[in-house]
Amino acid sequence: MRILYFSWVRQKVGTAEEAVALPADIATVATLIDWLKSRGPGYEAAFENLKLIRAAIDQTHADLDASIAGASEIAFFPPVTGG
Amino acid sequence: MIRVQTQDFDIGAEIAALTSGRTDIGAVVTFTGLVRDVTLELEHYPAMTERELERIEAEAHERWMLQASLIIHRVGKLSPGDNIVLVVTASAHRGDAFQAAEFLMDYLKTRAPFWKREGEKWVEARESDDEAAKRWEK
Repeated sequence: MRILYFSWVRQKVGTAEEAVALPADIATVATLIDWLKSRGPGYEAAFENLKLIRAAIDQTHADLDASIAGASEIAFFPPVTGG
Repeated sequence: MIRVQTQDFDIGAEIAALTSGRTDIGAVVTFTGLVRDVTLELEHYPAMTERELERIEAEAHERWMLQASLIIHRVGKLSPGDNIVLVVTASAHRGDAFQAAEFLMDYLKTRAPFWKREGEKWVEARESDDEAAKRWEK
């Protein structure tokens, strides 16, 4: 699965994109975040406050409790600030 | 129609292109967002940005009687006074174009994956933008 990071989430994680092989029990965006946080301090810092984290599954906005079954691309980013 | 681009846009030329050859348009509303005070750098999520802008535009066409519409959003480095975003809506009568333009901006501000940075500091999302978008919830 491809994981993308944008804005300060990207900076804290330290990479814009990575491919990961997920354990079978990772079923939702929230459990994916928990798993990512176990991978190092950068991830922990990025996902410290989940109120500031938005997610997209295959380029569509998704809630943190959404299922990631069948997804090929998950993105994490802060609330958007365009316009 | 939607476009994400680094270069500037010409509002007059965009309106002319949108209305050229059309006799069914009675109202054109445009909103232009400009960079205020600071130098900005805009990051975005390329593939999703286009998809999200298309979704927002399609929703506006479902809700209002629009003859045509256009969203242009710039990315990259922008200076104070630069154009950053353009929304154009065209309808038979003004009501639909006015409302749809406001809707498009409110949804773009809260849903399109762009992030502004001022120097090293990321601009924080504003609650007032969320409130503005909420009034369109059905």
